[in-house]
Amino acid sequence: MSVMDATQLRVAYQQRTKPKAAQDRPFVRWAIISVAVAFLAIFIVLPLIAVFAQAFSKGFSAYAAALAEPDAQAAIRLTLIIAAISVTINLVFGLVAAWAIAKFEFTGKSLLVTFIDLPFSVSPVVSGLVFVLLFGAQGLLGPWLQAHDIEIIFAVPGIVLATLFVTFPFVARELIPLMQQQGTQEEEAALSLGASGLSTFFRITLPNVKWALLYGVLLCNARAMGEFGAVSVVSGHIRGETNTMPLHIEILYNEYQFIAAFAVASLLALLAVVTLLAKTLLERRIGSAKRGVH
Amino acid sequence: MSIEVVNLVKSFGAVPVLEGINLHVRNGELVALLGPSGSGKTTLLRIIAGLDWPEQGTVRFDGEDALQRTIRERNVGFVFQHYALFRHLNVYENVAFGLRVKPRAHRPSESEIAAQVEKLLELVQIKWLAHRYPNQLSGGQRQRVALARALAIEPRVLLLDEPFGALDAKVRKDLRRWLRALHGEINVTSLFVTHDQEEALEVADRVVVLNHGRIEQIGTPEDVYDRPASAFVHDFIGESITLPVDVAAGQVSFDSRVLALDPQGTPAGAARLFIRPYDVSLVSPADALLQGTVKHVKAFGPNLRVEVELLRDSKEAIALEVQARRDERIQTGQMIGLKPERYRIFALPDDSATVPPA
Repeated sequence: MSVMDATQLRVAYQQRTKPKAAQDRPFVRWAIISVAVAFLAIFIVLPLIAVFAQAFSKGFSAYAAALAEPDAQAAIRLTLIIAAISVTINLVFGLVAAWAIAKFEFTGKSLLVTFIDLPFSVSPVVSGLVFVLLFGAQGLLGPWLQAHDIEIIFAVPGIVLATLFVTFPFVARELIPLMQQQGTQEEEAALSLGASGLSTFFRITLPNVKWALLYGVLLCNARAMGEFGAVSVVSGHIRGETNTMPLHIEILYNEYQFIAAFAVASLLALLAVVTLLAKTLLERRIGSAKRGVH
Repeated sequence: MSIEVVNLVKSFGAVPVLEGINLHVRNGELVALLGPSGSGKTTLLRIIAGLDWPEQGTVRFDGEDALQRTIRERNVGFVFQHYALFRHLNVYENVAFGLRVKPRAHRPSESEIAAQVEKLLELVQIKWLAHRYPNQLSGGQRQRVALARALAIEPRVLLLDEPFGALDAKVRKDLRRWLRALHGEINVTSLFVTHDQEEALEVADRVVVLNHGRIEQIGTPEDVYDRPASAFVHDFIGESITLPVDVAAGQVSFDSRVLALDPQGTPAGAARLFIRPYDVSLVSPADALLQGTVKHVKAFGPNLRVEVELLRDSKEAIALEVQARRDERIQTGQMIGLKPERYRIFALPDDSATVPPA
């Protein structure tokens, strides 16, 4: 009984001593929250629902048929391949770049940091055009490539290059601040205890950044699968061969095949939802990893 | 193991950090590197560890060139200022780390590791924390983990960078007594960096006083306290009263008055008189050449702290604080004479920035 009394007393005390200015005015609070919620509902939740509603508007069998169609299948397969390649390469590149920037001092470091951000500031169309100018038939290396029978533009290698370019900041950007904050002392400690460089990397550096790394990979993957502009320029839109999911969706939509377009779109939307959920979970883990810094 | 440092030179860009360091640490000794921030003490420790490399000079472990070896091969136990515990590993795994990364041929079995870790955690008295993570420990506990982890590889030498710097005063005092006792127990050659003179004097067998990348004095705690080799050491270690004096023809004068003091071989020219606050007798003004007005008297334990304003003819008065016994009758406003019983006189260094101007 006395425990309850104590609790009640404390509650009463807190209510009594809360200063007036700190009490939220109900109307202002309600207005701010409803504006935010309404905005989110109109611009994000509603479109997302619309995608799924359209996709399933002729029933589940129509939806399934649209996804089972050979060109759609090819687009899904190609998207998965492109994402797998570019995420893997960017994972390695991002780790190496973040490691170099966070743990070493060298000339040209700030230039490297600027270049890592470049794909964020350049329009994706330009990113695609760069590769056409380099590897296209009229491009710088075009004649040489043709002579050696190497296809880059309007083929899978071109799509991989464009995707790589567009997505390469994600992993590095996530890792650099965390690695800078963590410093090099734990690595130095590991070396002083007799660990080799490789062993230090796998036992100390990697575990310390694993959640941020996963988060970066997730964002990188979402962008790799969803990239339209850069890929559109270099792909050539050959159905069943060089069409990724976003390109395939556009073609279907332009041909008034709304069910099929939204069916494929629903897969990308699903990816976005899953990414967001995973991101929320990871942010919690990264948050607690950061608090672990002493 | 003995450590020998010969003529070590190091700079960061254009800034010299170490300017010709010579140091010999005997086997089993516990030595403090003491100096203000920027004196190069941490850099010296990092070079000995193998975390930094000098531009010139030699570091020898038991006579063999240590600079030919990486930190990994030197077998040194290094305790970092902020401990650098592996945050994703618990206390047990932190201590076991050095054993787990040994080359396969020398790696102990899991049960040997367990026994070794247990022994170390017992040594540093934190066996009950084995399954905690670093962020669940207090500063003092982290310090003990860092020490146990460093000792796990049975280092030939133990190097500690500001081992008590990040702890509060009470924990600090306990830990440094404990470290002294621990050193007596394991007797590994140890070198620690500190800016805290009390810490250095209490813990170390010998103290190396560093200033601006140079060694000012190497000696036992008694040596550096009672027989400081330079103005800097006198000023840095313990409390000092300092007065600007002039030395000429074997006489010491203050404010154009000749004091009955021995110049102690100081060359003619501007010099500085150093006195410990308790080495001054308070006498009647007629009996002393240093005279002043008592500005403030406060009781402090068994002593009185007396603030005196020393009068000068030529320039503004100098304020200083001396100690007197509690039973002496001293009143604010009274004129008083100061008679140094023990003192040191040092010529003003070229680099007079090392001694604050009076």
